Order: sequence, then structure tokens, then C-alpha cells
Amino acid sequence: MYSFRKHSVFFSLLILLGLCGFSLPAVADFDAAVQALNSKSFSKKADAIIALAETGDEKAPVVLQAMLDSRLYYRKSDRRVVIVEKIDGGFRLADAATAQPLGEAGRRAVKKIGINNKLRGLLRDTLARLSLTSKDPAQRLAAAKIMLGNVNAATKPVLAEALARETDADIREVLETAAAMSDLENDDRTVRLRAVRLLDGSLEPEVRNRLNRLLEIEADQEIAAAVQQAIKSIEFKLKFNGFIETVFFGLSLGSVLLLAAIGLAITFGVMGVINMAHGELIMLGAYTTYLVQLLMPNHIEWSILVAIPAAFMVSGLFGIAIERGVIRFLYGRPLETLLATFGVSLLLQQLVRTTVSAQNVTVENPAWLSGSLEINAALSLTYNRLYILLFCLLVFFALMLILKKTSLGLQVRAVSQNRAMARAMGIRSKWVDAMTFGLGSGIAGVAGVALSQLTNVGPNMGQAYIIDSFMVVVFGGVGNLWGALVGAMSLGVANKILEPWSGAVLAKILVLVFIILFIQKRPRGLFPQKGRNAEN
Amino acid sequence: MKSFREKTIKRAVGAVAGVALGMAAMAAQAADTIKVGVLHSLSGTMAISETTLKDTVLMMVDAQNKKGGVLGKKLEAVVVDPASNWPLFAEKARELLQKEKVDVVFGCWTSVSRKSVLPVFEELNGLLFYPVQYEGEESSKNVFYTGAAPNQQAIPAVDYLMNDVGVKRWVLAGTDYVYPRTTNKILEAYLKSKGVKDEDIMINYTPFGHSDWQSIVSDIKKFGSAGKKTAVVSTINGDANVPFYKELGNQGIAAEDIPVVAFSVGEEELSGIDTKPLVGHLAAWNYFMSVDTPENEAFIEQWHNFIKDENRVTNDPMEATVIGFNMWVKAVEKAGTTDVDAVEQAMIGISVPNMTGGMAVMNKNHHLSKPVLIGEIQEDGQFDVVWETEGTVPGDAWSDYLPGSRDIIADWTPPIKCGNYNTKTKKCSGQNF
Amino acid sequence: MILGRFYRSDRGGAFLLAGLFVLAVVVPVLNLAVPESSPFHLSTYTVTLIGKYLCYALLALALDLIWGYCGILSLGHGAFFALGGYAMGMYLMRQIGDRGVYGNPDLPDFMVFLNWQELPWYWLGFDMFWFAMLMVVLVPGLLAFVFGWFSFRSRVTGVYLAIITQALTFALMLAFFRNEMGFGGNNGMTDFKDILGFDLQADGTRVALFLASVITLAVSYVICRFIINSKLGRVIVAIRDAESRTRFVGYQVERYKLWLFVFSAVLAGIAGALYVPQVGIINPGEFAPLNSIELVIWVAVGGRGMLYGAVLGALLVNYAKTYFTAAFPELWLFALGALFVLVTIFLPKGLVGLWKRKRDTEP
Repeated sequence: MYSFRKHSVFFSLLILLGLCGFSLPAVADFDAAVQALNSKSFSKKADAIIALAETGDEKAPVVLQAMLDSRLYYRKSDRRVVIVEKIDGGFRLADAATAQPLGEAGRRAVKKIGINNKLRGLLRDTLARLSLTSKDPAQRLAAAKIMLGNVNAATKPVLAEALARETDADIREVLETAAAMSDLENDDRTVRLRAVRLLDGSLEPEVRNRLNRLLEIEADQEIAAAVQQAIKSIEFKLKFNGFIETVFFGLSLGSVLLLAAIGLAITFGVMGVINMAHGELIMLGAYTTYLVQLLMPNHIEWSILVAIPAAFMVSGLFGIAIERGVIRFLYGRPLETLLATFGVSLLLQQLVRTTVSAQNVTVENPAWLSGSLEINAALSLTYNRLYILLFCLLVFFALMLILKKTSLGLQVRAVSQNRAMARAMGIRSKWVDAMTFGLGSGIAGVAGVALSQLTNVGPNMGQAYIIDSFMVVVFGGVGNLWGALVGAMSLGVANKILEPWSGAVLAKILVLVFIILFIQKRPRGLFPQKGRNAEN
Repeated sequence: MKSFREKTIKRAVGAVAGVALGMAAMAAQAADTIKVGVLHSLSGTMAISETTLKDTVLMMVDAQNKKGGVLGKKLEAVVVDPASNWPLFAEKARELLQKEKVDVVFGCWTSVSRKSVLPVFEELNGLLFYPVQYEGEESSKNVFYTGAAPNQQAIPAVDYLMNDVGVKRWVLAGTDYVYPRTTNKILEAYLKSKGVKDEDIMINYTPFGHSDWQSIVSDIKKFGSAGKKTAVVSTINGDANVPFYKELGNQGIAAEDIPVVAFSVGEEELSGIDTKPLVGHLAAWNYFMSVDTPENEAFIEQWHNFIKDENRVTNDPMEATVIGFNMWVKAVEKAGTTDVDAVEQAMIGISVPNMTGGMAVMNKNHHLSKPVLIGEIQEDGQFDVVWETEGTVPGDAWSDYLPGSRDIIADWTPPIKCGNYNTKTKKCSGQNF
Repeated sequence: MILGRFYRSDRGGAFLLAGLFVLAVVVPVLNLAVPESSPFHLSTYTVTLIGKYLCYALLALALDLIWGYCGILSLGHGAFFALGGYAMGMYLMRQIGDRGVYGNPDLPDFMVFLNWQELPWYWLGFDMFWFAMLMVVLVPGLLAFVFGWFSFRSRVTGVYLAIITQALTFALMLAFFRNEMGFGGNNGMTDFKDILGFDLQADGTRVALFLASVITLAVSYVICRFIINSKLGRVIVAIRDAESRTRFVGYQVERYKLWLFVFSAVLAGIAGALYVPQVGIINPGEFAPLNSIELVIWVAVGGRGMLYGAVLGALLVNYAKTYFTAAFPELWLFALGALFVLVTIFLPKGLVGLWKRKRDTEP
């Protein structure tokens, strides 16, 4: 993906030197190079960064890192380049070139040395190069990958040398691809042909671009045919990966739907309460995540793990309060629970708006939930989606376990099947009602924690999920958790398969129309409840 | 039953008398003050953005009153809540103009809300200041547009990406409504006029509040791996941006690889986002909070004092509101009256200082001349300016890149006096009065 | 005689009709005849506002007919309202003619803007008033017929029906948001000029529209009352109270339900058609599921199963909304939320039920 062509020759050289373990000789005056960073034009800054890297001074990475982190400033009084550290009301300064502390300064006494995207890319790559001597395989791999974008015939010998030294299999593979790519420009047709054959099936995007380019200029019939064959097989592989990706996207969307709906499957499915405030219970879970992060600003990594039980408690308690305060007066009148809980949802939204803020709040993503798992060059699964998929299944089976294996679960099922009989057996049905509703609401809260990692956290966020959740529960079959699972996943996958050719909006409309038609065919959903009780 | 009826009659009489008294009192008060209407949603989905603008107007009214008001009279703000409901915007506009008899209104954010109130303002001859960047293709006698037209935001941004970043392939992604549709149409025509081929442009629309961006981001990634520098021009609206940028970050698309330039993401929107994955992405506006000028510093301080919160940010629509307000005050003083027709004529040619330096000038087409800035998002949720136009760019009501409006101009000075004047047929159409 | 009997059998309804009559006389006089300087002058703003409330009241009446009397809870009645509104909007759009922004005599502005070359087939005929009015009735009616025919035949009832009607209006909202649909996308239709040749912005036209709303509401009320009191009405109530039993007695339950559902949808469509010229805009926001839920709330607050209760509920809640959003925007949602909760728990028969109960307990 490296696109800074102007410096690519320099970079190829730098990478190769790094790969071969040479160290750069110190040439230029370090101080002058540092001061040159403070320039008006971005291209001059770029030259200065390269010059600084070429000095080979061990302080260079520190300065460049500071520049990348927006900590490199200059003092307005004498235009001296400094590295700053934020303190209350201003900065603590240190001279960038000499690392001497320069005391403190107010916010207006210094000015940041701005960088833009080009410089950011340049800095990142330069820093990777400079720390290459650390022998860290991960950094060598990163360097080798950047190499892929910059190969040409001239780099071949050095690549071969690097290959000879390299023992790590992953890095070797990348280097071999790079070597083959440089061979594509070789004058010898047998070398070219071998390179094409070697690249057959490689998923690196750069490989395909090079092969396409070669196809346009290649005069040799045999090679052209081989290139065509290689491109064909690459495209087939890409299609296959694309299909897997679509299924993953669908399952991931399904897991979000399931998380949002699963609490409702309990309150609506098991208890028959149409809980319009369900979305707001999800929102409360998300806000709990926000509050937990406010309380532990230095441990964002762990905040999510703390937030899960906290959100369960908060939403669960709100749920119990709603059940005790409102819903218990309305059993047997499901349509009226809809009206009352709609009122509750308005109250909860406004509560959040007045106590926290009408604005969206920031929920940070821990590092372990960012980025993606790279399966190959064409297929990578994002960690947050992956974790949420796993988490959703975990919640699902935990809930299953509670309902099937605990005494609370037994009582819940008993009350939902025949309240009068259950009471006759000595079950405190009111307590069970409150606990069931609390359980469903608590799970909504947990869903809120997961959703806070994907989307906005604001007072209105619950409304985005309420209709989808109802669709999932009705589609799957009320009162059936497996139905919710199968329903959510199939709706998710269907949506994602439709999306590429119909667009996001039409896909959603089609899915809704499908549900409406499906309910006509099977009014009780995918997995209808059986038995006499289900008939009324 | 009888007592009930009697009571009802008594009550009805009382109510009528009360209303009459109230109206009389209002009429008496109206003579002493100049009424400033504020038509921004304080509840519903748009409240997030619009509440800030309501506070901005209140701050300006407050400050003006401390300076002694206008024409020797105090200003009085009348705030109503159209609750993000478009028909309600028209109703509340009518309430402000007909019932409250306000002299000027500051309001609206979305295009549809502006379209909804436009007939009301033209019918009752009111005066509206609209402070948000919008799609153009409009110029009303009764509206002053202080936000950016497409040529003051979209085209300079594309120029920057094309010339300074070397972008060759373009993704135009937007929410499906009129602003992105128009902007993308203009940009598509513009890009083609610069020799960009069809296969190098990808256009995508998503619904409001779209939250599942997996497939689209994956498509963008594939589109961008063709070996040419690719950029995304985003007209994605408000809420949908957070999941979009999160997905970009997670799928490993950094700003260095595929930069996203957005026209609807400002400081206020960023304050609700974890900005780490966004660093380096771009936005084009006429104002950034980070711009270092004495005017801006004073403005930020005034805002913090008024709102009593040091952490609140300022943004482009706020600056547009302030510029509009200052221009209106100048125009009223110049005209010596708050009469709409007189103020409307006095407005043209008025200039007030920008927060970012230089002067904003109100043109004949009711649009401003303003500078255009492009900034990169920083970790603290602020923008670093990486590029700006030399001097100001005059807002163009009718785009030169759309076939239907190429020949149309707006000119509210005599002899044309028309917002929709065809220079070829010499005809004026689409006027409501 | 007839009036006297009507009064005795339906006292609330008689009050309602009397109230509507007073409105029909007083409002135009206060608006047109009383000079603007007089404190008794009623501004056009207020006239339009009351007109809007009356359209909502008609919509509430339509919902109460199926929910209160037949037990069909539709969470998508806003869809029929909006469809009627769109049909009217399309007529008004065609009436603009070449006075639009782009001056195209045939195409509405948003089509010119999207480079459409000619009017799509489903816009044909909307330049004629009678055709548009036919569509106001036909489109919601037809949709209700198809939807109801499928649903009632496969015995989708209660909660399931409520949720799929919600899905219906949600799907329609998303569809109308799409610009490719040719209904103006998110912006919908606005900037109407005139209706039947009369300037929409003239006070006279506005008063006429207001009168049309009053009369339609009154007539609809009488028809609904007639339906409920007829034999048909008794079967309908029987279906509400015991659907299976009614079926076993030999009534074709599905037909009764379908018929009533279609009629209710048509009423909702007419309400929408009256609403659009008065508020001056129609857009997909009207399809929002939230609107339909709010509508249910009006009926519940007023008192379901009593036609005048629904009308009263719509008027009261909407007036409260106008008042509170102006006076205490912050408190409005608290008040609304609390109102719903309290009414559902303590007033299952709504405000009218409260009054009735009081009257019944009095000696």
C-alpha cells in the first residue's frame, strides 16, 4: 500500500539494508536535521525526516516518534524544536536535538509542528526501518510486506540474499513472492514464466495488479496464457474468500441481532410482555460501559470485562423495577404492556438526556478489540466482530443453561406454561416474574456493552434495535430460544447476501417483506410452541 | 349537569378574556423589543446538533443586549422546538412569524426542514438565516445562506486530494438524501471533466443511521487495492459516521492508505467518538476550532463563558450562525429598520470578520464569500489545517456542473431581482410571490 | 326526533358533533370576518393548527374502529395515513406545473434534479383531482385489502399482527426514503402552490380546508357510529370478545375483519389527504413506526371502544404536545411517558372511562 513514489528508491535501499543487517553511517549534522523538521512546507519536512533517518543517530527514532505522536513543537521565541509533555496549563519542554530539559511553557508559547497523512506514513515506515536491527520477526515481516509494493528488477539480488538468511517461514513466503514479482520484469522468458507460475494463486493485491500490467505488454504467447491462467485462479480464490467473508459478515450481523433480541425472547417469548423499553435497557447497558470507563480511565483494556456484570446488574435492576412498578398490573393484557412500556422507554430516554447529556458519549475500544485477524491477504476478520460473535454464543448457551438446568429456569418454564398449577406447587410466581424480567433485561444490558463497541452510544440508540429485535423473535418463534438463534443468523446472512446486488436499503426492505410473508405462511414462526397452551 | 355546563361557559369566557389580554400585552411589548426567533430542534434525532446553535443565538442576543441592543431597542429571543419533525418545522415557523411576529429567524439544520419552512417564509415575508452547509440549487428572497454551498466545500476538497495527494480513484459514499445526492452528482460531473474514468468512481448510498458497514468497507478496500491511490469522499450523515470510521479502523484502512474526506463531520460530531482510529482522515469546512486567530480565541472564550463548560467545542455551523447574526445587526443598523424588505436589500454587500481571518461578504445571491479549509483529524478531536484556499470563495447557489442549473444565476439586486434567473432565456422561474 | 334519539343513545357523540358544529361556525368567522387588530381575531396559524388536530382525530377514529371494537391492534396505521397523504401530495405536486424551481411543466423538481426524462407510469393521472381523490381511497384500501386478506386468512392475530403491521410501515418508510422510488426521497414533497385552482396560502382556502376537515370528521363519526350500532357492529364486537366462538356460530370472521380493516384504512387515507395541504409537506417521516405507536396512545388516552373517546384523546394529547413543547421542551417527554404509564395502569378505559365511571356512580 506504500504510495510515496518519490522516495521509493531510497526506501527500497533502506529496507534492504535493514533486512541484511547493515547499519547506516552517521553523516549529516544531527542538530541541523532536527531543526529542518520545522519547516512550512510538507515536502521540505519529508526531506528533513529522511535526512534525519540517514544520520543514524540513536536519538533520531525518539524525535520521529514524538513527531508522529504530535508531541514535537517549536518554541515561538527562538524557533527551537522541542519535545513537549502535557502538564496542567501548559507543557514541559525538552530540546529535541540535545534532550536537555528546557523548563515549562504556556500553551501559547509553543506551536505544534503539523504533519499530514503523507508524513504520517513516511514516519511510520521510517520508524519501522530504523528499529529493524532489533531482530523482531514481526517487524521484519512488516518491512517485507512494504517491500512488495516497491520491487523491481534491480532489487532481485538483495532479495535473494535476504531469502538466504531468513529462517521464518511466513517472512520467507513474502520474500519469495517479492522475488517472483521482481522476476516478472526479467528479460529471460523462462525466468518470467517461472515467476508467473510461482505467483499463480497469490492473493496479494499487488501481485494481481502486476500480472494485469504484464498481460498488457507481454508478447510471448505461452507466458501470456500462463498469466491469464494465474489471474483466473487468483480471481477464483478471491471469489471464494469473498463468499466466506460475506458469510462472516452475515453471521456477525446476526450475532448483533441475536444479542439485541435474546433478552426480548425471554420477556416477550416466555412472559408474553411486549417490552417496548427493551431498546432502552440496551442503551442503559451501553451507558454503564461509558460510566465504567469514566471510573477506570487507566484500565480501558479491562473496562469491558468489568462493564459486562455491571451492565447486567444495572439493566436487570431497572427491569425488575419496571416489572414491579408497571408490568405486574398488566399481566394477561399483552397489548397494553406495549403502551405502558412505550411510556417507560420515553421516560428512560429523557432520564439519560437530562442526567448525562443529549449528546452521544465516547466509549473507547480496548486495543484487543481493535484491528483484525488476517487469515490471508484477501480475507481478514475484524476482532470486535469476532469477539462479539463468540460472546453472543456464550450468552446464548449460558441462558440456555439457566433455563434448562437451574431451579430458577425450571420455575420460569413452569410459570410460563401454567401459572395456576405452578402456584399450586408452591412456586412464588410473582418472584419468578420479577426474576425472569430481570434476567431478560440484564441480558439486554449485556448486549448494550457489546453494541457500545460497534456503534454510537446516545439516548436514541435503543430505538434502532427495537423493531429488528421483535422481527427476530417473531420470525424465530415466540418462546423458543433456538428459534431466536436460527432466526437472527439467517436474517443476518440473508441481509448480507442481498446487500451487494441490491444495496443496503433494498436488502433491508426485502428482508422485512420476507418476514411479513413468512408470518402469513407460518403464523407462529420458524419453531412454533407446541401444546394446548400455545393455541390461545 | 347544569352546574357543569355553567362552569364550562365561565371557563370559556375566562379563557377568551385571558387570550385577549395576553395578545394586548404582547402587542405592547413588541413595540419595545426586536424579536429574534430561534427555530432549532431541541428534542428528537436532530437535537444533538441543533441545540448548540440555539445556544449560540442566545449567546449572541445576550452579547448584543449588553452592547445596548439594536436601534436603541433590546433584542428578545423567542425559542420554539420543532422536535426534528419536518411538518412541525412549517407549523412552528408560522407560529413565529404570525403569532410571535418575530423580525428575524435563525434556524433549520437539515435540508428537508428548510424546504418545509421555505413556503411559509415566502408567504409571510419573513427572514431566515440558515447556517449549515447544504446542497445549493436554491436561492430565496427570504433566506440568507451562511453555510457552505457545494463549491465552497466539496470541490476544493476534491481539488486538494487530486493535486496534493495524487488521488486517482474515488469512492463517493453518502447517506441517501438530497445533500449527498446533489454533492455527489456535482462531484461526479466535476471529476469526469477532469478526465477521471467511470470505472474509477464508485458511488454508494446508505440509509440514515446505518450501522453495519462491514460489506461496504470491505468493498471500499477491494476498490482501493487496484494499485491507484484511492480516497473516499464522504457525505455520510451524523450518527452513521461512528460505526463507519470504527469499521475502517478495524479492517485496517488507515488514513495513509485510503483517506476519507468528510463534509458532515466536525468538532461537535467528533466529541462523541473515540478519535484514535480516525487520526489523519480529513474534513473540509469554512471554520475549524483549532485555527489560531485573535477573533477565534475571543469567540471560544465567549462560548465557554456562556455555556459554562470549558470542554464544549465550537464548529462551522456555529461560526455561520455568528456571521449571520452579525451581518443582520449591521444590516438593520444600515437600513434603520427591521422591515424585511429593507433589511434584505441592506444585507447585500455587508461584510463582517471571519473567525479564521479575512472578511465574509454577503453576495447578491444571498450566499457568502468565505475561505475554505481542509483539516486532518487529530487524537484530541480537533483538526489540523493542512490546506486552505488563497482568499475567499464566493458561494454558488446554482452549480456550474449540473446540466439543469448551468445557466441559472441568482441575483437579488435590481434589475434582475430573481433567485432563479436563466441567463439564456432571460426568464425568472420558481418564485412564490 | 332523530337528533333526540341520537342524543340519548350516544351522549358523548352528540357533544362531539355539537362541538364540531360550533367550531365550523366560529373559526371561519373569527378568522375571516373579525379584523386582524381585534383581540378576538383568530390567526390563520391557529386555524391550520386546529385543522391538523382534526385530521389526527379522524385517524384516531379510524384506529379506534378496528382496535376498540374489533380487537385488531394495528401498529402501522400511520402507513395508510401517509399513503393517502402521498396521493394528495402527488396531485398538489402536479398542480405546481412549470412554477417549480427548474420550470419543467411535467416533471416535479426532484425528478428533474435526478435526471429523470419522463414521468413514471405511477404518476400518470395525478394531475386530475378526481383521479387523485380516487387514489386517496384506493391505495390505502387496496394495501389494507391485500395485507388483511393474507393475515386474517392465516389467522395472524394479536401481538403477531401488531408486529407485522409495524414491519409493514417500517418497510414502507425505508422504501419511500429511497430516491429511486420517485416520491422525492427524504425531502418528500413540499412547496405546494394551489388546489383546484385556489391559492393554498390564501386565508379563504385554508378556512375551506379546515371546514372540509370538520365535515369529514363529523360525517365519518356518524358512519362509524352507524356501523357499530348495526347488526354488523354486533358481530364485530363479538369477534373482539370471542373470535373462535363467533367462528363456530357460523360467521365468516375473516370477512368481517377484512371489511372493517379496509374501511379503517380508507378513513386513515382520507385523514392523510386532508392533512397534507394544511401542513404543506409530506415525507417518509410520516411512515415512522413511532408515529403509529403514538396514534395508539391517543386512542388509549381518550378511551378505546368509544369513538368520541378516540377523537378526544387525539385532540387532547396533540394540544398538550403543542403546549408543552413550547413551554417546557425538557419536561415534555417525561410528561408524555408518565401519561402513558398512568393511563394504561389506572385508566384502562381512558379519560372518557373516568368521566363515565363518575357519572355512573353518581345517583
